[in-house]
Amino acid sequence: MESPQLSSLYQQLILEHYRNPRNKAELDGKSVEIHMANPVCGDEIRLQLRIEGDEIAEAKFVGQGCSISQAAVSMMTTLLQGRKLDEAEALAGRFTEMMHGDEEAAKDRSLGDLRALQGVSKFPVRIKCALLGFDALQEALKKSAGEARH
Amino acid sequence: MSGDRVFTMSDQAVGTKARFDPGLVRHDFPALEQEVNGHALVYLDNAATSQKPRAVLDAIRAYYEHDNANVHRGIHELSRRATVAYEEAREKVAGWIGASDSSEVVWTRGTTDAINLVATAWGLDNVGEGDEILLSVLEHHSNIVPWQILAARTGARLRYIEIDDQGRLVLDDLSDLVSDRTRLVAISHVSNALGTINPLDEIIAAARTVGAVVLVDGAQGAVHTSVDVGSLGADFYAFSGHKMCGPTGIGALWGRRELLDSMSPYQGGGEMIHIVDRDASSWAQLPHKFEAGTPNIVGAIGLGAAVDYLSTIGMDAIEAHERDLLAYALERVGAVAGIRIFGPDSLDERSAVVSFTLGDAHPHDISTILDAEGVAVRAGHHCAQLVMKHFAVSATARASFYLYNTRDDVDRLVDGLDRVRGIFG
Repeated sequence: MESPQLSSLYQQLILEHYRNPRNKAELDGKSVEIHMANPVCGDEIRLQLRIEGDEIAEAKFVGQGCSISQAAVSMMTTLLQGRKLDEAEALAGRFTEMMHGDEEAAKDRSLGDLRALQGVSKFPVRIKCALLGFDALQEALKKSAGEARH
Repeated sequence: MSGDRVFTMSDQAVGTKARFDPGLVRHDFPALEQEVNGHALVYLDNAATSQKPRAVLDAIRAYYEHDNANVHRGIHELSRRATVAYEEAREKVAGWIGASDSSEVVWTRGTTDAINLVATAWGLDNVGEGDEILLSVLEHHSNIVPWQILAARTGARLRYIEIDDQGRLVLDDLSDLVSDRTRLVAISHVSNALGTINPLDEIIAAARTVGAVVLVDGAQGAVHTSVDVGSLGADFYAFSGHKMCGPTGIGALWGRRELLDSMSPYQGGGEMIHIVDRDASSWAQLPHKFEAGTPNIVGAIGLGAAVDYLSTIGMDAIEAHERDLLAYALERVGAVAGIRIFGPDSLDERSAVVSFTLGDAHPHDISTILDAEGVAVRAGHHCAQLVMKHFAVSATARASFYLYNTRDDVDRLVDGLDRVRGIFG
């Protein structure tokens, strides 16, 4: 019998994004790129954003790793297209709250497909996999803000 | 790659050696008697570290309860007892690897520390610009990175023995890889990532022809096979206690006396000195010259107890059991649809390690699903990224076996892999 925790971890939507990742390609005209890796397990992504004014005009990624890390970044990029920078920041915060077990965050419709990853919060060693994409996003936003000031 | 793969084994040894009952042996290991995620634990991550038998745990406790004192310092009774137990452990470990002189056995924190000791204390004085250090693609990072650091400091150059599609060293061009520039050959006895047993004799012989020093990384060697440094012909042999039933934080470096004698100290401090003056000091005799500071006394004693424990069962019997289990595991795991097993086809060239991938399920996902079934395996690059690059994979799952594993454990692993197929199907 399947353990209920395991089936909540490996939802079809996650496996679907793992096998058919969205926005997985090199981005032409990128304004910022962040390489983020987990040296312990080898998951890695390069997140590429084209930022115009105060919004993310386009988001793509290239990477390899486990189903959780790759599905999470695929789901994340679908939500980032055309998103205001402060909204993207808020999304990262909300997702992190969900990963730390916040039930309210898990109901937040703004997280879209990412809500399917709620089950990861029950697997502490896998949370870092799910956060890889958003860690890259936060670095990208920081880098982009730093460059804007100069 | 999978279904048609045939694993072979010579008829040498199997069935002719003394046996023991692994089902009984496992009761010596308290950590194995627990449930994980609602299932009896199946521990198959022995290449990372082994579980500890009660005899080792008891020795550690007895030391702290009765004999705890610093060694080689006090005149009092407890210090005497601690020193005796600590040095007896060195004798046991020396005997385990066939070293006739226990003063050639230096305690270290483990294999990594032992290799770094040689890279620093021998390397900095003996390797110069344009010199070459020969490694292999199979090496664990701990037998690569210390040499990269040494090469960067000295201007030496690293060269590599390549591996073939079965993860075996390619030795055809060995005579081209060693030259009169080769100062050192650093090679693993057994690959941690694939289980490949390396032909040390051939490599050591080639190193000898050019006068190169040979260091053997025995982290996975001394655990699974009898080692006799007396006849091996290498100059250094490094290994860890925690993979062979001992505690973490203790290991040893065996080295030839003349080399150890000629080397500078590794770290300075108490215990390693003879006379200390204002501007300079002289060094203690071997092996203490390399053992600065209060050592891991209880670690050494625990490792001594592990050697006693393993000696009682017998290395021949353990080897025969592991070989039997490996044959069964390769057969059962190899029959899982979508499996790809890495490493040599011949069991004569393979230790009890099964490194694999399964369909498009990432090894981390395989490990999470197996863990939910109470089966512990390692997933990742196994600190052997050059091996992963060779096979163009980012990671593998690895089941590694030891004396307390049984055929039932293999069956549980295979059941878990069926669960992986169910989810990733």
